[in-house]
Amino acid sequence: MRHHKYPFIIGFLIAPVGLYALLMLWPYLQTFGYSLTDWNGESTVMHVIGLKNYSTLFSDSVFQQALVHNLLLLLLLPVITIVLALFFAFMLNVGGRGGTGGVQGVRGSSAYRVIFFFPQLLSIAILTVMFEAVFRSDASGLLNGILVKLGLEDSQHPVEWLSDPNTVLWCILAVTVWWWVGFYLVYFSAAMQAIPKDIYEAALLDGAGRVHTFLRITLPLLWDSLQTAWVYLAIVAMDFFAQVSTLTPGVAYGGGPNYHSEVLSTYLMRNFLYYGKSGYACAMGVVILFLTLVVSLVALRSTRRVRIEF
Amino acid sequence: MGSTIEQTFGRRDLIKRAALLGITAVPTTGLLSGCAASGGAGQQATGAKSAANPLGVAEIAPLDVVIFNGGFGDAYAKQFETMYVKEFPQAKVSHTSTQNITGLLQPRLNAGDPPDVVDNSGNQQIKTDILQKAGQLTDLTPLLDTPSIDDPNKKIRDTLMPGTIELGTVGGQFVLLQYVYTVFGLWYSGKLFKQHGWSEPKTWTDFLSLGGEIKKRGIAPFVHQGKYPYYINIAIVDLAVKNGGTDFLSRLDRMDPTIWEEGPAKNAIEAIYEIVSNNYLLPGTNGMTHIEAQTAWNEYKAAFIPCGAWLENEQLKATPSDFEMTFMPMPSLPGDKMPHQAIRGGANEPYIVPKSARNARGGMAFMRIMLSKAGATAFAQTANSLTVVKDGISPDVKLRPGTQSTVTALKAAGNSVFNPTYMYDYSAFDVDMGNSSAELMANRIKPAEWLSQVKAAAVKAQKGGS
Repeated sequence: MRHHKYPFIIGFLIAPVGLYALLMLWPYLQTFGYSLTDWNGESTVMHVIGLKNYSTLFSDSVFQQALVHNLLLLLLLPVITIVLALFFAFMLNVGGRGGTGGVQGVRGSSAYRVIFFFPQLLSIAILTVMFEAVFRSDASGLLNGILVKLGLEDSQHPVEWLSDPNTVLWCILAVTVWWWVGFYLVYFSAAMQAIPKDIYEAALLDGAGRVHTFLRITLPLLWDSLQTAWVYLAIVAMDFFAQVSTLTPGVAYGGGPNYHSEVLSTYLMRNFLYYGKSGYACAMGVVILFLTLVVSLVALRSTRRVRIEF
Repeated sequence: MGSTIEQTFGRRDLIKRAALLGITAVPTTGLLSGCAASGGAGQQATGAKSAANPLGVAEIAPLDVVIFNGGFGDAYAKQFETMYVKEFPQAKVSHTSTQNITGLLQPRLNAGDPPDVVDNSGNQQIKTDILQKAGQLTDLTPLLDTPSIDDPNKKIRDTLMPGTIELGTVGGQFVLLQYVYTVFGLWYSGKLFKQHGWSEPKTWTDFLSLGGEIKKRGIAPFVHQGKYPYYINIAIVDLAVKNGGTDFLSRLDRMDPTIWEEGPAKNAIEAIYEIVSNNYLLPGTNGMTHIEAQTAWNEYKAAFIPCGAWLENEQLKATPSDFEMTFMPMPSLPGDKMPHQAIRGGANEPYIVPKSARNARGGMAFMRIMLSKAGATAFAQTANSLTVVKDGISPDVKLRPGTQSTVTALKAAGNSVFNPTYMYDYSAFDVDMGNSSAELMANRIKPAEWLSQVKAAAVKAQKGGS
């Protein structure tokens, strides 16, 4: 019977694996192939120039700046999002005033959950229109309008949030955090609900407060979920294309002012489509692929811990 | 719980996703070769040539028109179609309008059954150099040599704005009819100016002193579409071209970096910087999108805005009915080589006749109608824009105020119309210059730094080739 197993498995796998190879692996190989050429994206004529694109890449100051921005986002986005999501999830599930009923969330927690999740339902296009209005550079903007009304800012000198080199990256980061917190809140909530209530009750009986319950019980038991969240958010941090290309100033795919919000993906697209340096852009794509892989592997390895069965 | 299985699968999934987010650069070469695949075109419809039908259109052949439904809408094309039917009453005209030209056109080109005339515009246009190389475009030279509808003694080529034929020539063949003629300059509200008794400034000195007057009334003298430095670049470059003349223009277009050390560029950028140093900018303008900036201007929050002639159509809904949108040339700097009336102007919006179109002659006859005075007038009235037909609009026709003012300005400019092309050939330079201009408008750099940055960008562009 045993030797019939493999044809059976192969029979099932051949279509999906074939599709995967054709639509995923083959384009990667092609991208790598193009990265060794001076292809301009609009013709079938190209010349192999070896690793020249890669060597140019490492002396390209804009690419370096974009890389620094991505790394900065890589450090900040997962930390901020996870801390906020964890805090809210904890408050919604076990943070309520423990009465005689035992462990519960704050009042109206199911409504909050829906509200927090709402940003995830919005498409990036709607998100853009909304935050363009929030960060609008004159007193008609939501943020500037509030600051002017509060007397914290002069309407003749509004903060040009997305066009100010000192604020633009933070604004983009804030938008992305806002976008993802709700998702991880729900995700962590689901994980928290899988933690048996009696553990919390035991802790309560022993006189543990909210902080202790959170640090000693919730956090260790959520470690697997945290790890997953970390990797996903790291991947989000390596991307940022949609936010930067739509919200920030600049001629093609944003990244301004003067590259202060440039990320790898926007610089790639500008080279690929706008500058006609498609071979060079493919080299960038290969570098981004490897960076993302390394980041995912590091995140997975470094967060590996002993599992607690319950 | 079955955690180990979950974990292994979860991890594999993550790496897969990591790879997915890396890059998916699907090559577009398949698309290109697809264009070349056709060839089995059906019989082309032809008719006898005559004075009334100089292109020899088959009078009964149906005409298939595809129009890009973008900023100009598609109502104007229906008017052309009515005119076509008037000329060939037996012909049946079908009208298709779309925003996805490639999606509609490509399968039909590949099947050898393309439409007879196409407005190949918008984001989804098929790149015309690719179509030309694939032999998909009809050579429109016969159209140029056909007598004009308005004057049988004049060939169509002599009724076009200068530059139209050059801009429509790809690979040595005239294959594109770039139909819309766009002028660039500054815009103001005639109503606002009359109300305060201001008059159109002819020189930069007048412009700056008027700016002081405007500011006293609590209005910002200048607003620009700061999120997209494209617009302020037009103002800067046009000042410099008018100052340095054709010599500056040709050196700019062939990316001669030394022009950024010389007078015209220096004069232009110092003039623009005076807007910043005099605090003439609308607060927040440097972060505004084109719609935000233009709408603020429509709300009389600012007096002048730089833009191309599509402004009136783009702002149709936001413009108050008594706004009197008015176009003016960039003001003169001391020592200008070009007259005050000189403006930037050029043709765009390419129309094509596919090579394997069944009624290619009908397609050309359609273009001949577009290039008549009646066609140009219909376009100006319906789409609020000018066409490449020289003096195409009779003076008694009522146009919207903005469009009317561009007709006047274009007539006054005469031969002093210029059209820089460096941004098409050196797109990276264009981006670099835009970044420097945005920094200057935000007062983070001074004119001297702007000049040295732009010069460095030009040196880089000259070396890199693009």
